[in-house]
Amino acid sequence: MRHIPTLVIGAGQAGLAMSRCLRDRSVHHVVLERGSSPAPAWVNERWDSLRLLTPNWQSRLPGFAYGGPDPDGFMTMPEIAAFLSDYAQGAPLETGTTVRSVRAEGRGYRVETNRGDWLAQAVVMATGACRRAQVPACASAAPLAQITPLDYKSPAQLGRGGVLVVGASATGIQLAAEIAAAGHEVMLAAGHHIRMPRHYRGRDIQWWMDRTGTNHVTTDQIDDVDRARRVPSLQLTGSRAAQFTDLNALQAQGIEITGRLADIREGRAVFSGSLANACALSDLKMNRLLREIDAWAEIHAPDAGPPESFAPTLTPSSPRLSASLTDGRFRTILWATGYAPDFGWLDLPVFDRKGRLVHDDGHVAPGLYVLGLPFQRRRMSALIDGVGADAAEIADHLTETRLFRAA
Amino acid sequence: MTHAATATAPVRNGVNTEALIGARGAFEQAPEAARFTFRSTCDWVDGSFSRNSINGYFGLGQEHQRKQTFTVESDHPEVFAAEDRAATPTELVLSALASCLMGGLAAVAQHRGIQLHSARAVVEGDVDVQGILGMDPDIRNGFSAIRVRFDIDADASKEDIAALVAQSQKRSAVFDILTNPTNVAVTVG
Repeated sequence: MRHIPTLVIGAGQAGLAMSRCLRDRSVHHVVLERGSSPAPAWVNERWDSLRLLTPNWQSRLPGFAYGGPDPDGFMTMPEIAAFLSDYAQGAPLETGTTVRSVRAEGRGYRVETNRGDWLAQAVVMATGACRRAQVPACASAAPLAQITPLDYKSPAQLGRGGVLVVGASATGIQLAAEIAAAGHEVMLAAGHHIRMPRHYRGRDIQWWMDRTGTNHVTTDQIDDVDRARRVPSLQLTGSRAAQFTDLNALQAQGIEITGRLADIREGRAVFSGSLANACALSDLKMNRLLREIDAWAEIHAPDAGPPESFAPTLTPSSPRLSASLTDGRFRTILWATGYAPDFGWLDLPVFDRKGRLVHDDGHVAPGLYVLGLPFQRRRMSALIDGVGADAAEIADHLTETRLFRAA
Repeated sequence: MTHAATATAPVRNGVNTEALIGARGAFEQAPEAARFTFRSTCDWVDGSFSRNSINGYFGLGQEHQRKQTFTVESDHPEVFAAEDRAATPTELVLSALASCLMGGLAAVAQHRGIQLHSARAVVEGDVDVQGILGMDPDIRNGFSAIRVRFDIDADASKEDIAALVAQSQKRSAVFDILTNPTNVAVTVG
């Protein structure tokens, strides 16, 4: 068994940012990585065509940033993996190391791995917010091939025939568009979602969300943190050409939109009759953000392009309420119904009644931290651009606590 | 923002939002207390005329009795060869939807600091009675479509009023009941 002051689990952008912040503060640590190289999830657990949803200039980490020729472009998955491999230079990495359990021992934590045990005074869990695909309970009643985005690579792996895509956030809309473009009939079941233009008034929407402070809003500035952490991802594609990948664009592509999948019963998918309201809420949320941008731009960006308004989401007047899954029309269901982290190896009573990790701005227990979760401390906590500030705060807390203990 | 200028007088929509928010906090600690069972007891009177008595319900871990028993009667109109002594069950469903959305509207408005002056909802539901009469298996018994039209006078912008109406749908029990399937178990004796 090896002893160490601090152990970081996971060498994605969060773990690597953490390592950088710890090195900057001369905190001895090791980063454990299950893969043979950093950030394996970006390549192995994402689909082939995916690009980051944030522009290159926004790939900013502590002591490191995109410096290439295309700041307004969007990285492919191999590109982001290479970017993070560069960032990993100098980090004390132990690759090929899978954590099997973490439990309290003495004043620290025992971390059991496939390559031996560690005893650490502090542990930072940076294993990612998207380790598991969430699938509704009714999936067990689906008489079709089923796939989640973690296993989906490209339309080529789908059988011939129709695809029911369930979920209309960033993943669902991108995959529906890609699968339809490959010639499959696609139906998209849409619950609550948030429509957003890629560009607004001549700037990428992320530029506005960064400059106006929207991305930087912290948990102590909002009244319902739990709800903020559950807000769906924006309907965006990482492409300068894709101004909207919204329900209007998908319908123009020939995709039929239905309400949220309510159930699967007797071989039929049953859809909610609430599509119109889900779209109304989505338009209201988009417009609220755009008007906030306009108010800010009036003072801070007077030379930006003129304010824009976008036509509302068009929904069918009578969206379909059910569809047969046994008449041969559909071959596959793709569950784009959200992701969750996986802390199955964490052997501590730190979960709520729904099995979710309980944390306060990333603080789980004395000496135990989590990093990289949605709205962990600020709205952009789960973005590459946002994880650095959270890592720095954890590093500061770690060093302060160590000084306190030493004193 | 738009209603901040008029927020000098306290907003009075008759909703105790502090109590509702307090209840949310309490249910987070004791989620089993949030499980309610509502009931209605219906007696046949004559023909299509029947009378529901509504009083007791279960919630917060125990039975509750109200100070008074409410009565909801229902009948069919004369065109269905009935005596039209009360609203039809389908109209009661529409009224339940309207009341549920209306209650939600007031609560959301209160929470957002928006003073309501008046609010009216006109609800319409289309039924092709060939379904009920068993004439055409392709026609369902229930509504083929429901439309709700709100007229709201409030100290708020058009967008903020639209957001109130959208949020009241999002949090409405009856809206959910009508837009999503529910398992219904019917037994005898």
